[in-house]
Amino acid sequence: MTDVRRRLAMSMLVFGSLAFVAVIGAPLLGTTPIRLARVFDRTIPFADNVDAQIFFIARLPRALAGALVGATLAAAGVVFQALLRNPLATPFTLGVSAGAALGAMLAITMRLHLSLWGVSAVTAASFVGSLGAVGIVYAMARARHRGFSTNILLLAGVTLNSFFSALILFVQYLADSAEALRTMRWLMGDLDVAGYGPLLAALPLCAIAFVAFAWLPRALNLLSLDTDAAASRGVDVLRVQRVAFFSASMATGAAVSLGGPIGFIGIIVPHLVRLMVGADHRIVLPASALFGAAFLVAADVVARTAMAPVELPVGIITALIGGPFFLWLLVRQR
Amino acid sequence: MKLGAGDSGFGARGWALGACLSTVVLTVTLPAAAPRAQLAPQRVVSLVPSATEMLFAMGAGPRVAAVSSYDHYPPEVERLPRVGALVDPDVERILSLRPDLVIAYASQTDLRAQLGRAGIPVYSYRHGALADITAGMRDLGTRLGLETQARAAAAEIDSSLSDIRARLAGRRRPGAMLVIGREPQSLRAINVSGGYGFLHDLLDLAGGRNVFGDVSRESMMVATETVLARAPEVIIELHYSDPPSSDAIARERKTWSLLPGVPAVKNGRVYLLYGGELVVPGPRVVLTAQTFARALHPDVFGVR
Repeated sequence: MTDVRRRLAMSMLVFGSLAFVAVIGAPLLGTTPIRLARVFDRTIPFADNVDAQIFFIARLPRALAGALVGATLAAAGVVFQALLRNPLATPFTLGVSAGAALGAMLAITMRLHLSLWGVSAVTAASFVGSLGAVGIVYAMARARHRGFSTNILLLAGVTLNSFFSALILFVQYLADSAEALRTMRWLMGDLDVAGYGPLLAALPLCAIAFVAFAWLPRALNLLSLDTDAAASRGVDVLRVQRVAFFSASMATGAAVSLGGPIGFIGIIVPHLVRLMVGADHRIVLPASALFGAAFLVAADVVARTAMAPVELPVGIITALIGGPFFLWLLVRQR
Repeated sequence: MKLGAGDSGFGARGWALGACLSTVVLTVTLPAAAPRAQLAPQRVVSLVPSATEMLFAMGAGPRVAAVSSYDHYPPEVERLPRVGALVDPDVERILSLRPDLVIAYASQTDLRAQLGRAGIPVYSYRHGALADITAGMRDLGTRLGLETQARAAAAEIDSSLSDIRARLAGRRRPGAMLVIGREPQSLRAINVSGGYGFLHDLLDLAGGRNVFGDVSRESMMVATETVLARAPEVIIELHYSDPPSSDAIARERKTWSLLPGVPAVKNGRVYLLYGGELVVPGPRVVLTAQTFARALHPDVFGVR
């Protein structure tokens, strides 16, 4: 027990400082030189202080959004991998992101030009879409079982993914070229949230999910081995599965509506962290969240500087770094 | 073989019918790839909206038999059959209309091959810079046997454009950003014109200095940071739809207040333009150039 505590403290320290450095460092990096003294100079009115605007409007919300989305997707990845007892599960396996994408596509092509507290219709519609997907998958998993069949969950999720993908293609096909371009751009992920409104909207949902995640690790340890064994050890299996499913799905929905379906974070970060700290969910879960935050913030710095002034979609960066790395991991493990 | 020239009621000329009949016979007897007619085409299918507008501008409107699904100008096209567009040309429909010329994008190679097998000549259209518009118009006119009319229409466009350029000679060119798309009601996914293409050329002609002119791309995504750094004095935003209510326009313009440090925002020089002509590199570029010039130089072209 004390050993776990010590390892937890150790990994929190290491991964925590990594995330901290990323979030603090990212706003300082960029193609436009800014002077920190000027950024925090209160004597210059904010409206005239371009350095401060670059720092507080363009870079800081981006870094924070990257941290929130990265942490959420990585942690949700850990939870889904344990829940589905499948190392290849990702936060997007059960169709949450496809539902979110469909919602966003519809909002874009139907030209919903509304906003509420800085949250645009596209963001709101993508969250609603993700909830729709979660509802359908859950109803499927419950329909013919008194319990909660993870096999059906997986199959329903995969089917829903391809069904939604077909609908997305259909909507895109009917859209005019400017809209089709916007929908494509949305699918590549984007953390340039331009302000704190979208961030504040996603934060409470992610926070609730993280509270649930904090309650899960011990049960996930037992569950990821064998549900019967877990039940015999006093785990309320159905309840744990339900909490894991809904919290991870909701968090994923919030993260995707904030930054788009940014791939690979939810699968490589958990595996990487497991390589470093072992398989105990009490450590893997928080460590993945922190490492996911650091990883996505760093990837976003690359996205906005690599080809400046042209902005690269961050989803391309994570996939470009993540794909080969993950393959290497697979080969090495065998 | 019933030739469409008579059906659509435009100059049912016996000689044309006869000539076409004989070429049909020729196409049957000769290898299929032989081009059908060297005569002036009388039934033209246009898959390219800007080419459609050019045809009407040079007086070939009555010869247009069908248009693409994106054609909305001139109003006459609303009555014509629609035969798909760049990614979804309706080949069956095109063949059933028995055109003697199809104007397609140069990238539509499959379509060209299919029509070629049916012996229907294809005019390949390529979007380019501003100068290519009138050049393309004259070329198209030659193909249609309307060289004189096309030259006259092109010359009119050229002279209107150089008139705008002349009125702005020697004036300071404000730094301008041309936004061609973004997420409504937020400053996400800002897509701007780089230093290439007819929109950039129009901005340049209308007396603006494109702040992204150094990037040789037609369009690019930029971050809010880059907008702050490039500090455009004027922001022109294109919306390819009919204008919504003035409330909605005001709300959309207000989105930019998130970046108060941008000179265009600070000085209230964010212009939202609405209209389908903004996206079509055809004869109506003159209108677009005038609108840009009014936004960039209100003192010369009158306040909008």
